[in-house]
Amino acid sequence: MVPIAYYLILAAILFSTGVAAFLIKRNIITIFMSIELMLNAVNLTFVAFAHMWHLVQGQIFVFFVMVVAAAEAAVGLAIIIAIFRTRQTLNVDQINLLKN
Amino acid sequence: MQLALFLIFGGLAVAGAINLLLQKHPINSALSLVVVMMSLAVLYWSLGAEFLAAAQVIVYSGAIMVLFVFVIMLLNSGEEENTHGSRAAYIAGFPGAAAIFCLLSFVFLSESKALGVANLGGQLSQATNNIVEISSVLFTKLLLPFEVTSVLILVAILGAVVLARKEQ
Repeated sequence: MVPIAYYLILAAILFSTGVAAFLIKRNIITIFMSIELMLNAVNLTFVAFAHMWHLVQGQIFVFFVMVVAAAEAAVGLAIIIAIFRTRQTLNVDQINLLKN
Repeated sequence: MQLALFLIFGGLAVAGAINLLLQKHPINSALSLVVVMMSLAVLYWSLGAEFLAAAQVIVYSGAIMVLFVFVIMLLNSGEEENTHGSRAAYIAGFPGAAAIFCLLSFVFLSESKALGVANLGGQLSQATNNIVEISSVLFTKLLLPFEVTSVLILVAILGAVVLARKEQ
């Protein structure tokens, strides 16, 4: 017997940690990982609400989010490899070709 | 039982997330993210989503994080260094994240009564089994979105191959 609100607050903690990591981290791979953390936090709210309504539609939504996250990880990591080939760095402060 | 599971694995997930934030080396962050995902799988299981718990372990911890670790090793990524951009990010990042957390938890706590409580295992309204219910909905009502995801995966594979290919 755990209130659903506790699960949602856990998801809020994970999501805001992901936001903080996204803003603070300078390594592009770590930034990408914090996006995955935020996706996981949202998945937890979906599962908690699906449990609350006794329906599986929320769980199916999580399944689709997982599929999209897998596709996004494959493409994103390919882009990171391409950036590293051309710029020889993973620091987002040095990837500023559009700025100058 | 469920409260103990929630406290142990919820605490583990929060500790992993904070560790991701604090570690300097990307490989340490990746490994702490694996801890977060494994403890979220246990929480999914305790909420009655057995299929998602298995998929979380297989897809997230097994496939996506291994891909991350491979890329970190392939690019030989070292510790990140502090720059002037990171100081500005500290000033904006922590208050922004704290504000998001306060807003979300205020909404959740003020609606706490209406949200109700979670029981271990969960009970679906008409189904006997979580996986039976998921597959019957996924392959009848949501067949078209399911097929579209296969096209999405195909496009992602082609895109990854084209982007990561060596320039001639």
